[in-house]
Amino acid sequence: MSTRLATGGRLLNKSAAVNFTFNGKTMRGYAGDTLASALLANDQMLVGRSFKYHRPRGIVAAGPEEPNALVNLGDEAKFEPNQRVTTTELFEGLTATSQNHWPSLEFDVGAINKHLSRFLPAGFYYKMFMYPRAFWKHVYEPIIRQSAGLGKAPKTADADTYEHFYAFCDVLVIGGGVAGLEAALSAGRAGARVILIEQTADWGGRTPVDGGIIDDADAQSFVDRALTELSKMDNVILRTRTMGAGVYDHGYVLGYERLTDHQPDAAGPRHRLWRIRAGHIITATGAIERPLSFAGNDIPGVMLAAAVRDYIVNFGVSVGDRTVVVTNNDDAYLTAIALKHAGLDVPAILDARVLPQDSELMAQAKALGIRVMMGHAVSSVKGGKRVTGVAVCSQAGEGAVLEEIACDAVAMSGGWSPVVHLWSHCGGKLVWDDVNACFNPDPNRPPTGADGQGFVTAAGAASGMFQLDDVLCDAHAAADGVARSLGFKTPKGATAPKGARREEAPMMPVWLMPQGASTKLREKAWLDYQNDVKVSDVRLAAQEGFVSVEHAKRYTTLGMATDQGKLSNINGLATLAGALNAPIPSVGTTTFRPPYHPISMAAIGGEARGAVFQPIRRTPMHDWHDENGAEWEPVGHWRRPYAYKRPNETTHDAVMREVTNTRSNLGLLDASTLGKIIVKGPDAGKFLDMMYTNMMSTLKPGKCRYGLMCSENGFLIDDGVVARIDEDTWLCHTTTGGAERIHGHMEEWLQTEWWDWNVYVANVTEQYAQVAVVGPNARKCLDKLGGMDLSKNALGFMEWADGTLGGFKVRVYRISFSGELSYEIAVDASYGRAFWDALMVAGNDLGVMPYGTECLHILRAEKGFIMIGDETDGTIIPQDLGLNWAISKKKEDFLGKRAQERSHMTDPKRWKLVGLETTDGATLPDGAYAVGEGTNDNGQRNVIGRVTSSYHSPTLDKGIAMGLVLNGPDRMGDTLSFPGTDGKTYEARIVDAVFYDKEGEKQNV
Amino acid sequence: MSEPVTALKNASYAAGIAEISEVGPMGMITLRGDLPAKTLQKAAIAAGGVNMPDQRGILTEGARGIAWMSPDEVLILCPYDEVHARLADLQETTAKQHALAVNVSDARAVFDLRGARAREVMAKLAPVDFAPGQFGPGMIRRTRLAQVPAAFWMTDETTFRIVCFRSVAQYMFDLLKIAAQPGSEVGAFQV
Repeated sequence: MSTRLATGGRLLNKSAAVNFTFNGKTMRGYAGDTLASALLANDQMLVGRSFKYHRPRGIVAAGPEEPNALVNLGDEAKFEPNQRVTTTELFEGLTATSQNHWPSLEFDVGAINKHLSRFLPAGFYYKMFMYPRAFWKHVYEPIIRQSAGLGKAPKTADADTYEHFYAFCDVLVIGGGVAGLEAALSAGRAGARVILIEQTADWGGRTPVDGGIIDDADAQSFVDRALTELSKMDNVILRTRTMGAGVYDHGYVLGYERLTDHQPDAAGPRHRLWRIRAGHIITATGAIERPLSFAGNDIPGVMLAAAVRDYIVNFGVSVGDRTVVVTNNDDAYLTAIALKHAGLDVPAILDARVLPQDSELMAQAKALGIRVMMGHAVSSVKGGKRVTGVAVCSQAGEGAVLEEIACDAVAMSGGWSPVVHLWSHCGGKLVWDDVNACFNPDPNRPPTGADGQGFVTAAGAASGMFQLDDVLCDAHAAADGVARSLGFKTPKGATAPKGARREEAPMMPVWLMPQGASTKLREKAWLDYQNDVKVSDVRLAAQEGFVSVEHAKRYTTLGMATDQGKLSNINGLATLAGALNAPIPSVGTTTFRPPYHPISMAAIGGEARGAVFQPIRRTPMHDWHDENGAEWEPVGHWRRPYAYKRPNETTHDAVMREVTNTRSNLGLLDASTLGKIIVKGPDAGKFLDMMYTNMMSTLKPGKCRYGLMCSENGFLIDDGVVARIDEDTWLCHTTTGGAERIHGHMEEWLQTEWWDWNVYVANVTEQYAQVAVVGPNARKCLDKLGGMDLSKNALGFMEWADGTLGGFKVRVYRISFSGELSYEIAVDASYGRAFWDALMVAGNDLGVMPYGTECLHILRAEKGFIMIGDETDGTIIPQDLGLNWAISKKKEDFLGKRAQERSHMTDPKRWKLVGLETTDGATLPDGAYAVGEGTNDNGQRNVIGRVTSSYHSPTLDKGIAMGLVLNGPDRMGDTLSFPGTDGKTYEARIVDAVFYDKEGEKQNV
Repeated sequence: MSEPVTALKNASYAAGIAEISEVGPMGMITLRGDLPAKTLQKAAIAAGGVNMPDQRGILTEGARGIAWMSPDEVLILCPYDEVHARLADLQETTAKQHALAVNVSDARAVFDLRGARAREVMAKLAPVDFAPGQFGPGMIRRTRLAQVPAAFWMTDETTFRIVCFRSVAQYMFDLLKIAAQPGSEVGAFQV
């Protein structure tokens, strides 16, 4: 059974006990434990159930590559599923529950799946859930949804905060083992700006555990000295608990820093996403051990050999009293030796190799009294929820059992794979190393930057160096080379530290144990522990024709779980290569994609949630609207009042009231959001003549003109009133949504096409607050403020004037979107709220009410005025809307002119704008289609028109609408049928789009 | 006659790792023209009361100054109550050349971010190298802070002056508060 040892625990603070719960059971650990080491110390090896077959799953590794031990962590606002116990630091009060089982971890109904395993091989869902089709929605989908996923979904909003941090450096070193530390030292001494990040809480990596000697002292003293020197360098930033998540173009790297996962009550953000721009990146990311593929290699208690010694040395935890070591290389012997030194039993080392003479480590093991069985292998593991023993066979054979050895843990090693993910993200290529049976980064084909040069260099074990002296030399040389390539001078005489070399016998690739294992054994030899993919599944994929490694991956789901195949990739593709009888390099690896390990979604979002999820835009009068019942409507990022609701009023009531009041008395509209663009210069008139369909150069100072803008493809893109300010200055109004867009449109044409025209443009939209003062009492209200002559003749329709009103400096435009007497008044935005307040006071006896965007829409619809975005949809040209009068016939050219001459644009069959009036006064549904005779090739009814705007008009007490209809203007009085989505068909007559005050008398006062 | 108000009525926040305050109203005039031309420079210097800055530079003296905005644009800074007079002067002194001068004082919101950790707070929001020695007084940058366009410069080694559009003043204030939340020191720059 697994337990805490009296000795060991390099990373522990044994004076600080920590209490936590697992599945409701209270357990105890120490500060410095991971949840994994603490669980093992409490003899909790079983931690979950696999995804498909619900097989018992135990802890396999000691680091982030752990595939099995995922738990639901925390509760309420701090709850998070799928947390890896090996990367979760223990803290007081931690609560965790295991996943993917019911009713309990020990007795899981889902385990019945294993008995159906013959019917649930890889890819079974491609065949099983196909027929009958009727079952898809009500049988298969609910079943799949129910069984999908591992952890539980959180039900409460996340209580933590998150942030980003932009950082810049010359050299980014990823990995804080001895290679990374040496690389950072070299680069830092050369004067480069260095950032060194390490994903765990501790520096030094594997070397202090594996007992390396550096410069004749133990590895830990090298680590300590390196850290001391690095901390003193002003040009070096050191971070622990920071994972290099992805390498992107132009030296951009994401670092994922976990600030408070280990101290959840601390203040500050939980995670910080470092957005780093580096001159060069050194990946000192180490290597990950591979499992061996033998039957029963997934039974809890079977672990990676290096993990077993990590638990002994780092955490003082024994994974089992009796551990059998099975290996194809010398490195696993370190585990057997560590076990013996901790006072634990190693009944045997099963070494698949037959060596001509004992290697140094083999001799050491034998000297400790360990039985070494060369040429031997595990035929199968005994036990269900925990290892009870192994059946031993010859590696060369097909699994005939020679003897059984009782044990409660199996430490396996199939060799080591350099961590090449970050190297590969931007296209770095790999080369197969036959000696170590692994893929190494190919230094001749690195990921390249904009200059065609490599911008990533691998160092240490990550580049395929496994001997300590090689690691240190490689890291030193890599960093020196990088520093020099960036223009830094490396200090003379600085050499790499000396690592003691340990002579090791060559490893032997073993992709199946034993090499001739029968089908029965292959069906229990696991490759992917999380997704339950076996050797037999990969062979099945090859058999079914999925011979590309990318296809075999998707067909079997090998490597697609939350561990992304860190333990299964190489074994899987080697199995595929074997099945195809192809060399491993020709099979290749699947594509490595960021993130290297999972990062929280919240870290990606950073600060952007709640109030700052999006930048909401507010006018200077926003607070007044809010305090007076505004129902807010989003217009892009702006918020505009849709209507101002009084107590006990529905939105519809409010809108009706606003319309009636504006036409009877006085309405105020906040029009601040509309675009205001200054266009100035000797060529401004010429420029605007190109931008608009109308003639703008002939507009006289003091006058306004309503203009249409089309794209060069001829489509209507914006409209607005243009005012001539002086000889070479115009002010163009745009729609709210068009302000930035039209500003950009103007600048694009000026900068890329007409760069020799003398025109300057400035977007002054936010400089002015603007209020529309509308209704029969509009002039009376402004006269009450006083300061300007706004009589009918002093300021006529479509004229503007500067002056003061009520002491405010204003520009008054006499323009109308409602058909009423109407003034739009601009003030500097810092006075906007005060001006609005003053208008409300002045209008108090005149029946003043604010009105919102829906009232605005109805007022203009009653007058037949078009709205960009309602009557236009990107395919509409002015001629469709009867706006031919706005298209100058005198201009040689304007944006859209030629496009509008194309046959499709001059086709008489284009639908044209008309008014629509239901026969019963109902309101036509917006977007409804008018049906014609017959059906089209798809069996759909032919359509001959559609509704573009539709409202109930309180002024006329009936529904009014505008729409585009085939031959509409020629069919005045005809009745059309509009089927609704409510089962009702609406009958409507084609009428003049101007429903109210056709002569325009109301504003002619 | 009422007084001009800033977007947030000079709101401030001092409970985090850096101090935030909305300043203003401030006078700002956008001047577009042929920057290399002596006539344009003369007009700008008269309006701004300082010399012409270099590319991505800003020169200030109290409330006055000139900031380089683009190859054909500078921003003139002055006291708010002087804007209309200076604008009128500028329009006169540039009348004979192709130039555009407009008042943008009210279109912006301005914030000061102050303290030893101010650089770190900025580095959470803008993709700019804020390490001492890389960004300092005399430099202006136009970029974004999180999701909004912003311009900023340093009025001294520990104070940033941030300019954004008036409509997003509340967003900017909330953003700066979040980036300066207690306990969020980064420790990346030597302070």
